[in-house]
Amino acid sequence: MSLELLISNISKRYDHTTVLTDCSFKFESGGIYVLTGPNGSGKSTFLRICALLETPDSGEVKYCSDGQLLAKDISLRRRITLLLPKIGVFNTSLFNNVAYGLKIRNLGKNSALRVAHALDFVGLLTKKNQQALTLSSGETQRLGIARALVVEPEVIFLDEPTASVDVRNTEIIEDIIRKIRKDGRSIIMTTHDMYQARRIGGKLLVIKDGKIIDHPG
Amino acid sequence: MDFIVEGFAQAFSLIIHLDPELLNIIVLSLEVSGIALIVASCLGVPAGSALGLKKFRGRGLLISLSNAFMGLPPVVVGLFVYLLLSRRGPLGFMGLLYSPSAMIVAQAILIFPIVTSLCHSAVVSVDPIIRQAAFTLGATPWQTSLTVMREARYGILSGIIAGLGRAMGEVGAILIVGGNIAGYTRVMTTTIALETDKGNFELALALGIILVIISVLINIGLHLIQRKGMVKILR
Repeated sequence: MSLELLISNISKRYDHTTVLTDCSFKFESGGIYVLTGPNGSGKSTFLRICALLETPDSGEVKYCSDGQLLAKDISLRRRITLLLPKIGVFNTSLFNNVAYGLKIRNLGKNSALRVAHALDFVGLLTKKNQQALTLSSGETQRLGIARALVVEPEVIFLDEPTASVDVRNTEIIEDIIRKIRKDGRSIIMTTHDMYQARRIGGKLLVIKDGKIIDHPG
Repeated sequence: MDFIVEGFAQAFSLIIHLDPELLNIIVLSLEVSGIALIVASCLGVPAGSALGLKKFRGRGLLISLSNAFMGLPPVVVGLFVYLLLSRRGPLGFMGLLYSPSAMIVAQAILIFPIVTSLCHSAVVSVDPIIRQAAFTLGATPWQTSLTVMREARYGILSGIIAGLGRAMGEVGAILIVGGNIAGYTRVMTTTIALETDKGNFELALALGIILVIISVLINIGLHLIQRKGMVKILR
């Protein structure tokens, strides 16, 4: 597992608003990076561009593995995953939500154990047959993490994973993030909460005036 | 007043005794409408989904047309299909006029815009975040489209059932292209029209009762499907 992400001079505008200007950064494999900054600073846009969900107006997003530049195709997309602030719950059970990523990779046949493990990891195993739309906000976020983790991505992007979550669930999710970190995956997350950024640890980055700044600490 | 009471009594008697003529008419009606529904759904669900999922030139016009054609007058459709299938028409060589096949074609044309339009509405009403979620989990464009359609399944099913409701109650088009031939193209609605004209109310009433029961069952089915889909809206 070695997937590096290089961002070179990316810029993004929406209508007449410039969101990102000439942002460059190198995300090392297996690192944990926390992007922070005020609301509307462009954190989510940056993350969505990194996760290939959006394209920049200029600049480049490059993924490299063992020094080789990777094509931005489906096989690369299946090595990374992005957890959106609103995860997009499928109208079915928790089990089927988590099994989704395996099914689309034709790994659905023996998925039960992996799904159960992922649900257990986020503390939702006992609710595996429950309709996912009935979960609370905090549980929904945890479901999103299980859904993302079951496919064992090498890079996991988390966009404000605790933005609409109560204190208890925030603690649970932070614990889960720390556990993911131990697996050696790259984690790139955004938060507007500076204290949370420090609690999570890892490299702190600040997005300010459309630029990404390597925070000294 | 007596003739109404007597008509109902005889109608119930026909139903209870499973009158063969009555059963034949019901079976043919279900066959014609069922096959028309399958044909219209096989074409309408992909068409409606494509309108909801893909951006292409002329899409707006097609959506408007599909919405407008939901209210197509059945007699006009009947006339159109008649002209196509009549001996002098472009498809006259097929010899389909005054056959159940012609009735299926007419009903399928009537239902197709309903299924297409309601399927399109169901697909576009799916939260755009679902598409993004599928993408971020590694779905291909095709898998993403199927995921959106799966999320729209209750709306799509509602559209199909609404189409069945329209087909079962339709009379104008199938009367023109089917000819109302006893034992061959005579279905529930055309029989009710004919028997009422003749003053034979018992068969007309018996079929009317059956038709109302079918209509109620269709609506109960529609309601159950919509209620099952409601969990999504409530969240």
